[in-house]
Amino acid sequence: MKYEIIVVGGGHAGIEAAHIAAFKGHKTLLITMNKKNIGDMPCNPSIGGTAKGIIVREIDALGGLMGRIADISHFQIKMLNNSKGPAVRSLRAQADKVTYPKNMQEALEKTNNLDILEATVEDLIIEKDKVKGVITADQNKIFCDAVILTTGTYLKANVLIGSENTPSGPHGEPRSNYLSDNLKKYGFNIQRLKTGTPQRIKASSIDFSKMQPEYGDNRYWTFSFDNPPAYKINEQQRCYLIYTNQNTHKVILDNLNKSAMYGGYVTGIGPRYCPSIEDKLVRFKDKERHQLFLEPESLYYDEWYLQGFSTSMPRDIQEKMVHSLSGLENAIITKYAYAIEYDAIDPLQIKPSLESKIIENLFTAGQINGTSGYEEAAGQGLIAGINAALKLENKDPLILKRNDAYIGVLIDDLVTKGTAEPYRMLTSRAEFRLILRHDNADLRLREYANKVGSITKEQYQNYLNRLNAIKKGEEYLKETKLKITEDNKKICVENQKEIPASTETLYDLIKRPEITLTFLEKMVNIPFSEEIKEELEIMIKYDGYIKKIYKEVAKMQKLEEKMIPKDIDYQKVKNLASEARQKLEKIRPISLGQATRISGVNPADISILSVYLKKEYGKDEQK
Amino acid sequence: MDSTIAAISTSSLGVGAINIVRVSGPEAIIIVDKIFSNKKFITAPSHTIHYGFIKDGEKIIDEVLVMLMRAPKTYTKEDVVEINCHGGNITANKILELLLINGAKLAEPGEFTKRAFLNGRINLLEAESVSDLLEAKNENARKMALNGLSGKTTSLIQSLREKMVQLLANIEVNIDYPEYIDELIITKENIEPTLTEIKNELQKIVSESENGKLIKNGINIAIIGRPNVGKSSLLNTLLEEDKAIVTDISGTTRDIVEGTITYHGINLNFIDTAGIRETKDLVEQIGVKKSKEVANKADISILVLNNNENLTEEDKNLMKELPKEKSLIFINKTDLETKITEFKTSIKIIYGSTVNKKGIEELKQEILNIFSLNDMSYKDLTFLFNTRQITLAKQALKNIEHVIEENKKDIPVDMLAIEIKEAWENLGKIIGESYEEELVDNIFKRFCLGK
Repeated sequence: MKYEIIVVGGGHAGIEAAHIAAFKGHKTLLITMNKKNIGDMPCNPSIGGTAKGIIVREIDALGGLMGRIADISHFQIKMLNNSKGPAVRSLRAQADKVTYPKNMQEALEKTNNLDILEATVEDLIIEKDKVKGVITADQNKIFCDAVILTTGTYLKANVLIGSENTPSGPHGEPRSNYLSDNLKKYGFNIQRLKTGTPQRIKASSIDFSKMQPEYGDNRYWTFSFDNPPAYKINEQQRCYLIYTNQNTHKVILDNLNKSAMYGGYVTGIGPRYCPSIEDKLVRFKDKERHQLFLEPESLYYDEWYLQGFSTSMPRDIQEKMVHSLSGLENAIITKYAYAIEYDAIDPLQIKPSLESKIIENLFTAGQINGTSGYEEAAGQGLIAGINAALKLENKDPLILKRNDAYIGVLIDDLVTKGTAEPYRMLTSRAEFRLILRHDNADLRLREYANKVGSITKEQYQNYLNRLNAIKKGEEYLKETKLKITEDNKKICVENQKEIPASTETLYDLIKRPEITLTFLEKMVNIPFSEEIKEELEIMIKYDGYIKKIYKEVAKMQKLEEKMIPKDIDYQKVKNLASEARQKLEKIRPISLGQATRISGVNPADISILSVYLKKEYGKDEQK
Repeated sequence: MDSTIAAISTSSLGVGAINIVRVSGPEAIIIVDKIFSNKKFITAPSHTIHYGFIKDGEKIIDEVLVMLMRAPKTYTKEDVVEINCHGGNITANKILELLLINGAKLAEPGEFTKRAFLNGRINLLEAESVSDLLEAKNENARKMALNGLSGKTTSLIQSLREKMVQLLANIEVNIDYPEYIDELIITKENIEPTLTEIKNELQKIVSESENGKLIKNGINIAIIGRPNVGKSSLLNTLLEEDKAIVTDISGTTRDIVEGTITYHGINLNFIDTAGIRETKDLVEQIGVKKSKEVANKADISILVLNNNENLTEEDKNLMKELPKEKSLIFINKTDLETKITEFKTSIKIIYGSTVNKKGIEELKQEILNIFSLNDMSYKDLTFLFNTRQITLAKQALKNIEHVIEENKKDIPVDMLAIEIKEAWENLGKIIGESYEEELVDNIFKRFCLGK
């Protein structure tokens, strides 16, 4: 049996890669070690979060599954950062760990051109530095034109609890023993990374009365641009906020050398952004307490996830730690926290298209590339799937720029800077975040999606309709003036707002920081949907800031357009600092713009490189 | 940069007892060896001094000391040779000529520094300072350039940027970890003090830098007043030379006459103006118009009044037009009978006479007082002092002022962060820590880079 594209791994990256490749009409095979684990959420029971929620919107805009499936699989959803400005708003849903994988598996089963096989891939078939297929543990050879590796944390994984070190994937699943060694043989630099997950607690053993409840939002939200909400506001579940205390800290600090991390049993590098509780205590000695959240994992079983308490302490110490928390004095731990170490490749060895620099038609996505998080994995999976398909179609890859999408920032960071720890997306990584918003993901990306054929006609039409509605809305606001009637004057006074001049249009009024559309609606009919209102309000009110960002984008693009010739010999560029020369030689940036983002390449090196390019290649050839 | 360059590094006047001819580049040592009598020189260790003769064939040109400095620990990071020869232009020129004949290229202005920069020995700001140093017009300007070179400016800017980064980090943590309510929550109120602190420091840098510009370029002083009050006499007294035409017929000084003196290390550039008054004489009209223009462009104006006459309406009008913080009044002709009527003004008044030179010293002192430049010679001159740097600092100040204003209007923090970051980058451009294409272009223009 021959396939066009084989995806190895059924996690969040693999799902998106396989689905989109098949959607684009390519005969695709998804190989997973355990079918039941497709779409599994081995860590936190949520989809989205700051920055990550925007990635989910982008995935949806580009035709991916994560947003749609999360919309029909959650029991609580809220908008984070509502008060901190439109650029950083982001959705987070508490996804049901039973429903989400089930819905995802159903969606894949319904996908044409997609087969799913239960097997372990041990090696690749490679001819003349080009991938030709995979070899499974039972020595079965399956041929194909492109392979996408989305192996997650399974490559030579070790689970660590205290001094116990067990070769195993998450939840005691078997690990992949040989694939990373074989990749090493082909020239990949393999690095060891670490992540962790906290305890699960039996619901009936928790005293919720001692905890502060956290609710979902009181209005409807969806990740998807195409589907209506599928939940009821008042049926949302609660999460709870609790704190560590001095007793907790004493237990941890007294037993620090028993933890896998501090006892010296771990070699992998863990994420700073998602530290274990012992890391938090060691690094922030002065803090009197740390926040923890209790989140239900599913409506179908009674385990709760203790967010913020991830640890690699032995079981007996974990018992003491959990019981020191208020409301968890009698808690029953159903699963102990553990750390997991795994092999990943060096993302500096992949191209912005996510294709390997070493082996043609081999793509990688997700944790194997050094990232952390379901959303980061899914975003890469989607791009790898699209680009593998485009490669087979002899078309240019889809490379999202830093001003297009968080996914663009994510991939550019990976292939330009590399990563020494699991990479998590943060809003602060995106210098143009004001234009990479939750609300405009479709406006940013659906044209690209349409061009590469990753969305349906209906999805594209939905976008065109929205674009049209925004245009009409803008015209309406520009044409409509607020009537200064006695009633309206009264409303202004009641709301402590200045009475506007009768010549001012609604558009002018929204520009004022103190005037919101919600306020204007008290006095004048504004006949469009909530989403369109939100979009317009942001566009108008923050126009000055948005323009500023576009100026910055233009500056970046100017540098981005200064291409560095592929055959440049950095040895000939005299006077570069030696670290800069090494990095430039290794990464071989395609443009001066990309070169500016390489760590270890200083502005002075960029000046020298820029002068060299001007002198050696002249102005015209750089264009 | 494969060529070897040479130039006379000492003053072009050639007035000192010795001259230095500098050679830099891969062939520096070989080229000098061809014209140097000391045969041990070419194999000698780095950073040594060698005695001998410069010879043109068999003919001895000069008795010299030659310093040998091998790459990379040299000014340009290339092989550098410096020939200390006797003073006077003829000898040095002859040696330079010999070097050029033997394969060296004549260095362009600033080319040694350009190489030092391109070879990574100095950063852009230092390169900029070197060119400022070369152009320094007086002792204070030289001192400022040296401070730029030693990185004092850099550390001042860096500490400000550090403050901005901390503020940004707080904002970012709040955005990326919104539910961690134990962390410091960023509010409108609690970022205000930090912003104000940054603003004040920036303001200080900008205003001191404006002074720095004055130190470098001098203070432009317009002498204004209605005709025949003694403006030209005052200028002459100040300059102690007869540059302006002095007559009793009013309206003779139609051209703007400049003259410069150095007072306490500061250049004072005096500009004489034709008497400012409404007139029907066409030629004089041009003079008056020009005077007003010059007065507007000048850093300060001195209004000259006549002690021996009543105050006229014109005098009063002129007084009203002057900004009090950038003006002085000189009441001239105190050697004659006091006829001037009493008047009120907040402008500082100095009494004196150009005839017996009274009040002149006091006037010069007051000029410096206006800019608080009196103790300049004792100060640490840590300023930005070229236009590019000052413009960037001003831009950063404008950013921060705008942030403070927007913060009052409840603009969300993620917007504010954008502009704080812009301020941070503007400061980065000053010290070459943000890549700025215009900077590279500008500096290379000054250093004549190119094929």
